[in-house]
Amino acid sequence: MVNFEQWDGFEGRLWKEEINVRDFIQNNYTPYDGDEKFLAPATEATDKLWGALQKLQKEERAKGGVLDMDTDIVASLTSHGPGYIDESLKDLEKVVGLQTDKPLKRAFMPYGGIQMAEKSLTEYGYTPNPELHKIFTVYHKTHNQAVFDAYTPEMRAARKNKIITGLPDTYGRGRIVGDYRRVALYGIDHLIECKEADKAVCGSGSMKGEVIRLREELQEQINALKGMKEMAALYGFDISKPATNAREAVQWTYFGYLAAIKTQNGAAMSIGRVCTFLDIYIERDMAKGILSETEAQELIDHMVLKFRMVKFARCESYNQLFSGDPVWATIDLAGIGVDGRSMVTKTDYRVLHTLENMGPSPEPNITVLYSSALPEAFKKYAAYISITTSSIQYENDDVMKPIWGDDYAICCCVSATQTGKEMQFFGARANLAKCLLYAINGGVDEKNKVQVGPKYQPITSEYLDYDEVMDKYDAMLDWLADIYVNTLNLIQYMHDKYYYEAAQMALIDTDVRRTFATGIAGFSHVIDSLSAIKYAKVQVIRDENGLAVDYKIDGDFPRYGNDDDRADEIGVWLLRTFLAKIKKHHTYRRSEPTTSILTITSNVVYGKATGAMPDGRPAGAPLSPGANPAYGAETNGLLASLNSVAKIPYEWALDGISNTQTINPDALGHDVEEQKKNLVQAMDGYFNQGAHHLNVNVFGIDKLKDAMEHPEKEEYANFTIRVSGYAVKFIDLTREQQLDVISRTCHASL
Amino acid sequence: MSTKGFIHSFESFALVDGPGVRYCVFLQGCKMRCKYCHNPETWACDCGEEWTAEDLFKKVFRYKNYWGKDGGITVSGGEALLQLDFVTEFFRLAKAKGVHTTLDTSANPFSMDPEYLARFDQLMEVTDLFMLDIKEMDDEKHKALTGHSNANILAMAQYLSDHGKEMWIRHVLVPDLTDDEKGLQDLAAFVRSLKTVSRVEILPYHTLGLFKWENLGIDYPLKDARVPTEDEVKRAEAILGIEKGETVQTADCDSDALKGC
Repeated sequence: MVNFEQWDGFEGRLWKEEINVRDFIQNNYTPYDGDEKFLAPATEATDKLWGALQKLQKEERAKGGVLDMDTDIVASLTSHGPGYIDESLKDLEKVVGLQTDKPLKRAFMPYGGIQMAEKSLTEYGYTPNPELHKIFTVYHKTHNQAVFDAYTPEMRAARKNKIITGLPDTYGRGRIVGDYRRVALYGIDHLIECKEADKAVCGSGSMKGEVIRLREELQEQINALKGMKEMAALYGFDISKPATNAREAVQWTYFGYLAAIKTQNGAAMSIGRVCTFLDIYIERDMAKGILSETEAQELIDHMVLKFRMVKFARCESYNQLFSGDPVWATIDLAGIGVDGRSMVTKTDYRVLHTLENMGPSPEPNITVLYSSALPEAFKKYAAYISITTSSIQYENDDVMKPIWGDDYAICCCVSATQTGKEMQFFGARANLAKCLLYAINGGVDEKNKVQVGPKYQPITSEYLDYDEVMDKYDAMLDWLADIYVNTLNLIQYMHDKYYYEAAQMALIDTDVRRTFATGIAGFSHVIDSLSAIKYAKVQVIRDENGLAVDYKIDGDFPRYGNDDDRADEIGVWLLRTFLAKIKKHHTYRRSEPTTSILTITSNVVYGKATGAMPDGRPAGAPLSPGANPAYGAETNGLLASLNSVAKIPYEWALDGISNTQTINPDALGHDVEEQKKNLVQAMDGYFNQGAHHLNVNVFGIDKLKDAMEHPEKEEYANFTIRVSGYAVKFIDLTREQQLDVISRTCHASL
Repeated sequence: MSTKGFIHSFESFALVDGPGVRYCVFLQGCKMRCKYCHNPETWACDCGEEWTAEDLFKKVFRYKNYWGKDGGITVSGGEALLQLDFVTEFFRLAKAKGVHTTLDTSANPFSMDPEYLARFDQLMEVTDLFMLDIKEMDDEKHKALTGHSNANILAMAQYLSDHGKEMWIRHVLVPDLTDDEKGLQDLAAFVRSLKTVSRVEILPYHTLGLFKWENLGIDYPLKDARVPTEDEVKRAEAILGIEKGETVQTADCDSDALKGC
């Protein structure tokens, strides 16, 4: 057992015997079930720094979305000297560290793909460095190049026609949450010792491919840990030993995260579950009388300020997919421990309170791990923050805890992983709506009119027959699952080889559990289409070549989103069927296959590439996001819609089921007290049925319309809304996406 | 026990139609012709979806998880009292499961006829809260606004009060039509005379139901009416002695508070 003087006052043994932050937390945290009255306002320093950052954000917007970019330096842990929000205010920053030497300056990260990195520069008017171009085309291969070297023609066709889509083959896959708390609790030197020990016993005996790769990866991890020490030293900190106080604990933890965002331009770069952990240090300092509430809040405010500044260089096509410049710096609050104690601490309140001290913000992606058993006061405060800022989301701890334990983190928008014990292979989505059209058209793409899927017999009858469609859909889903999983296997292999996440993996156990995250797009449209075929009459409209391009529906049919089992059970069937087909296949590195129903803002782009559906959705219209029912399908109000979504078993979609709803404030209750109570009541009811996720927006449609027309108004500068699985500033969305959001608002019908 | 109900629509998440989170059922049919009605499509009495009370309760009871201690079900309309026996049957099933019941009504079908009262008493037994719209105190003005007298409406309020039944009184505020000082003062006096009023609400007139008149091809009689200002609402609330809780700045949008009017 090791012991450090920095651990004085901490209880427990196991976490000293091995790297085990969960055990440390469970032995030392103080649950808090009081209300928010103890919270402190922003300090003058916080106001100044946030003011300076807002000014920079304004400049960034004025310059078309990017303030500054690196062209000549390849980002690494130590590629840049120290950077601050404002040189003249740097002594006010309680937590320091930027991705580059300047605030909001985007680093050059070519390992995912040199083309994408250079495109991001040229699209914003910057000139790529020819020397670097040569290095990454002639001397060093990138992930993107490697994937395309290995793709089969069939994979290229499936990708090009967007039946599999959003694939991480031109960008970093992200979604790996390092256990950044380890840096604070153990210090880098001890972490290096442990990894050295792992390496020492790795492969004694037989040098097989797996072992050779792991040995190489372990050395990469050790190098990354050493790099983190150097990175911190540039800011004047020695992080080789454990943190001695709350300020160091926050700073050390942030350095762990900073290492990740300096080296990886991943689609999602989440922070994890740090609140309860940090609260232990804050409580210890307060007990010693060396930290006040104002100082504690300031620490948390400044940490969150840093999370609001995470930026990556990304190109136009990427922004269309993931709109609003998101990084999914997801930070998790609350939850209930395995022993039944609430894990809400005062620091969970402090993080929510940043939205009051510094106003609403899309990042960090604040996620409340919800259970109806959480303290009432906390639920009400969270509901209040939802009502006033629309900046937080909720995920059901009661369904996640049995699977992931009580120290999981959300690694993207809604997907859980066990912190420090697990990593995920992010795999984007298969478009199941398009697949249904392929089934009808015998594998011919309805948009590009080329053979993409196998040349099965198309449906030739005038009216669609349910049994015939189901037969053909089943066969086409088999094909889709096969090509989808194999494409992902190839992508993940190359990502490990050419863009390995050394800094994050250094903060995860060597013996890591891997999940293979697939995803579903077009969920509600498949349900409604099959329901229309079953319960109404659907006539096929064909073009001159006999290709089905549109559908005419005669009669009523039940639609998903109305708590009607006839429709909802089709959804349950679809998920079960698709997952079973995925599971038949070999998955890379013996990872465990999972799936998700969470399309984020990419629903607009996916919809553009998808033809008319038998449910009446016109060609090119946005798909409904995530597991949301189709627009206009819900005729029984919000709870009926929630009940439909709640029927989708989380156990079959362990990567997450996202649901975004907007509630009109006036319809939520007569006054704030009522509104808070009613929102809590609705969430209790929803989550007690086993539903997984809820994004809550509280605003009216008039505000959205006004913000779309007048983005220049001061009041909209930080106007944040939840979209599927994350938050964005509304004014940062494309007009198309704004219109999409407006068409889905509000949930207060007349 | 197989009275059929005719239903116009459902709202699973109704939060201002009684206390807490409620499932609201809108019945079809109303005889009043209020000039500001924003649900004229619920007027006709010979249509709607047919439901038995049992089936309806089964559907609605799926939402019990959302109701907590305060919430429950609300029946609105149209005019719910036109289907009195159906509502009684439905509420009886609810009360058997301990569900809070609210009836949102204009009271227009109410009558002191003994036979009617016998049926009404049964309904009263299984109704926890009545939400009663009082549109005008002056009978002439009431007739002009709705086409009907208010005598039996006020009588019902009195009857509920006499029988110790909790009620909320609501008044739709239309500038220059239903906001005159005397009318509001009279309403305040009447409300004070009742023993069981637990809440008085001003429902600001809105124009969001206008398109429905157009869809139905009916001439909208209040073309020039406007939405009251915040100050006008506050003034009316002051006259009626309404104290409101704190509200927060979020945004503006159409309220469905008037849904059952």
